Amino acid sequence: MIINTILIIALIIGLPVIIYAIRRKESEVATAKDNNINGFLMLLFGIYVYGMIIISFLSYNKVLLPKSASEHGVSYDKLAAWTWGVIFFVVFVTQGLLHFFAFKFRGTKGRKSTFISHSNTLEFIWTGVPTLVLAVLIIFGMNIWAEINYPDFDSDPLVIEVYGKQWSWDARYAGKDNVLGNDNVRFIEGANTMGIDKTDPAGSDDVMTREIHLPKGRKVLFKFRSQDVLHSAFFPHFRAQMNCVPGMVTQFSFTPTVTTEEMRKDPKIVAKVKHINAIRDAKNKKLGEDDQLEPYTFDYLLLCNKICGTNHYNMQMKVIVEEPAAFDAWLASQKTFASK
Amino acid sequence: MSHDHKQTFITKYIFSTDHKMISKQYLVTGIVMGVIGVLMSMMFRLQIAWPDHSFTINEVLLGKFQQDGVMNPNIYLALVTIHGTIMVFFVLTAGLSGTFSNLLIPLQIGARDMASGFLNMISYWLFFLSSILMVSSLFVEAGPAAAGWTIYPPLSAVEAASPGSGAGMTIWLVSMAIFIASSLIGALNYIVTVLNLRTKGMKLTRLPLTIWSFFITAIIGVVSFPVLLSAALLLIFDRSFGTSFYLSDIFIGGEVLHNNGGSPILFEHLFWFLGHPEVYIVILPALGISSEIIATNSRKPIFGYRAMILSMIGIAFLSTIVWGHHMFVTGMDPFVGSVFTFTTLLIAIPSAVKAFNYISTIYKGNLQFNPAMLFSLGLVSTFVTGGVTGLILGDSTLDINVHDTYFVVAHFHLVMGVSAIYGMFAGIYHWFPKMYGKMMNKTLGYWHFWITVIAAYGVFYPMHYLGLAGLPRRYYKNTAFPYFDDLADINKVITIFAIIGGLAQLIFLFNFFYSIYKGKKATQNPWRSNAMEWTTPVEHIHGNWPGEIPEVHRWAYDYSNPEHEEDFVPQTVPLLPGEVQH
Ligand code: HEM
Ligand SMILES: [Cu+2]
Ligand SMILES: [Cu+2]
Repeated sequence: MIINTILIIALIIGLPVIIYAIRRKESEVATAKDNNINGFLMLLFGIYVYGMIIISFLSYNKVLLPKSASEHGVSYDKLAAWTWGVIFFVVFVTQGLLHFFAFKFRGTKGRKSTFISHSNTLEFIWTGVPTLVLAVLIIFGMNIWAEINYPDFDSDPLVIEVYGKQWSWDARYAGKDNVLGNDNVRFIEGANTMGIDKTDPAGSDDVMTREIHLPKGRKVLFKFRSQDVLHSAFFPHFRAQMNCVPGMVTQFSFTPTVTTEEMRKDPKIVAKVKHINAIRDAKNKKLGEDDQLEPYTFDYLLLCNKICGTNHYNMQMKVIVEEPAAFDAWLASQKTFASK
Repeated sequence: MSHDHKQTFITKYIFSTDHKMISKQYLVTGIVMGVIGVLMSMMFRLQIAWPDHSFTINEVLLGKFQQDGVMNPNIYLALVTIHGTIMVFFVLTAGLSGTFSNLLIPLQIGARDMASGFLNMISYWLFFLSSILMVSSLFVEAGPAAAGWTIYPPLSAVEAASPGSGAGMTIWLVSMAIFIASSLIGALNYIVTVLNLRTKGMKLTRLPLTIWSFFITAIIGVVSFPVLLSAALLLIFDRSFGTSFYLSDIFIGGEVLHNNGGSPILFEHLFWFLGHPEVYIVILPALGISSEIIATNSRKPIFGYRAMILSMIGIAFLSTIVWGHHMFVTGMDPFVGSVFTFTTLLIAIPSAVKAFNYISTIYKGNLQFNPAMLFSLGLVSTFVTGGVTGLILGDSTLDINVHDTYFVVAHFHLVMGVSAIYGMFAGIYHWFPKMYGKMMNKTLGYWHFWITVIAAYGVFYPMHYLGLAGLPRRYYKNTAFPYFDDLADINKVITIFAIIGGLAQLIFLFNFFYSIYKGKKATQNPWRSNAMEWTTPVEHIHGNWPGEIPEVHRWAYDYSNPEHEEDFVPQTVPLLPGEVQH
């Protein structure tokens, strides 16, 4: 195992280094030689940081989320791209200067530093420029924030409730009237796992499901509740997340724009799925007959993103985006609360 | 002035009221807690990288929590929780701030001791007690607290929700309550001392930036820690006395709890009202320490002394009105969300100013690469790399998709975890001669530094990509989602770097303890620094200066002043005739 190798190498290098270091006679204050060596190492380290950034960028790009599958997600990705531009620019410039200066001005004998204590012009510039850049990012971001949080509901959104509990999800469609029936944990009993109020007529046509189906192109308004502890409903492919808070209803809305079938054909997802299946095949070679992993096909995910106890790591639900006709057919085939 | 003859072993080494001894007590306790915290991170990193593999270290240390080679998910969460708690509070609040505020405040302002030596001693012993309690919670039958270091209720409030929320959580809460008392007493002492006990000539505008940072940190602590204490008290009420501050409409373990009308969101507000300032409580002392060390070792004044002070004051003020950025997806009013975005991104400005000032300080310097200097420059590097991703997390819109993912873990480890740890190492290498009268071994210091910085970037840089790929934090394994299978390689890379980095700390531990006994004897001012602490004798004496406390005539940053021959001019040197004061 690689860990053992690391331990052995550490021992082989470490012991002689320690013995050499403690038997050395010279003073413990950096000498001109130390300054020289460490100055060069600083330069190398700057290159290491650049290398780390570039190599990660190139080789880990393939694991990142694919293009957004929701309407607002497109704006989200645009804002993210601009912000990343600023981030990479700042990091490249500051890390470059820091490590280059460290190398360039490494201590030498018999030289004095240049006495510079401050410069109001410089302070002004590097207070002003970040302020401007931030102002632009804030305004840009707030527009999208408003687009997400104050959506236009004239279009009659589809209302779906997502109910988190240790450690699974339930979903409920509001039915023909598109109004969810009242609910409370005190009504939970037997098949009524979501605590729907039987006396509320709005609830009788509600449909409880174990999968979320969404029609492409229609605005969906999610209502979130929790049965026990905090959970967080996270739909990474749709750039959507909202906490589920016991005692309270929270909401988030988005319009799905890419069906599951379409996303499965997205080049990035095709490559990702291929990569994942190669990994699973390699694992299968080592596993016994009975433990064989199934081949993976892509599906949108709902996962829990707020620590909620033992099985927090495995609280998932399938999300399927389909054409409106297929969606209608699926919903019609589900039993309503009253008929259960 | 020496009172040494009156001291017994107990009053000198254990119940000491001398700030120098208390500072060493803080340091050693902090180091011990740090070893525990790092060890825990190794244990859970092994689990994340190789979930199907059973490691001896986990078999041995976890006992019944690792059966048949499989780690119990609850113990994973408990390890993460206690790791986070220990690192943030015990190592980087008490261990860092406690050590250096105690050591440096009296020495650098020219005082014989803290305003109240007795309270100072009480503060340390409360910290010690809370450390013992926190560690003892590891041995509770059902396991320690496992609700994350943020201990959000109801998970932390209801025993049926998590086995760690029984006795483990009770001990966590009691330990933290004591910890808060300790840090409040300490902070009040620091504030009073800085305000009242400065020596003649030590105007506020002549204080070294270390003191400014400790002073501002103490103020932030006094403002925010009591709020955490109230949050914890209300949680204790909910847990033990049936109140419903945080609980409402809960069905768990097959029954409905009686609680009604409370809200977990209230806890989040109270928690983060401390929690966010806490990250500045952690990082400001580290920044203060590195300001002092970078100036000394660049043989140049710190660039923009006043701008540095103003930005720390700005950060302190803003830090109390940004807590909502941890709660963008709790369903808070979107307008409130935009206000918090605004304040949060504002705080980037003073932080950027500080980073640019560090870089300008080394420009045209004559850099002396002592280990302390290297760690301070390392701090600037990670502070920038970690800080800029705050642009994403602080923007309510972008936070939606990265909140609570590994992206957050990467961000805060770089900007506050690693940076502050570097600040702490820098402080230890720099002031070791002052604390122990010995020098630390520089060769070992260099090895320690280079391995640590290479490993730290290797751990936390790729981690951003896990979060951007959508991987949530606090998952005990990622194999439940085939979608994340392709992240396994990155996780292995991270763990390997983590182990290398962890091993490098052994070099430090050896160097630290070896040098206490066998290190070369220190001279009075080994780094040729201007600050007051180097005018005291190498051997510690009660009252710090054998005679009168020296008077201060100038700021602490007259390095390479062209009007002087030497490249440093201690604060105690009178102005030359006609010399202008900076
Ligand atoms: C020895 C190097 C370290 C490594 C390898 C490491 C690794 C990690 C990882 C991977 C997590 C996330 C685990 C998860 O979410 O499942 C974590 C959590 C955390 N770490 Fe570290 N860490 C280290 C040092 C530090 C330091 C110096 C700090 C100081 C600020 C720190 C503070 C935290 C905190 C606050 C958490 C969050 C705990 C929670 O989720 O409740 N860690 N650490
Ligand atoms: Cu959950
Ligand atoms: Cu914060």
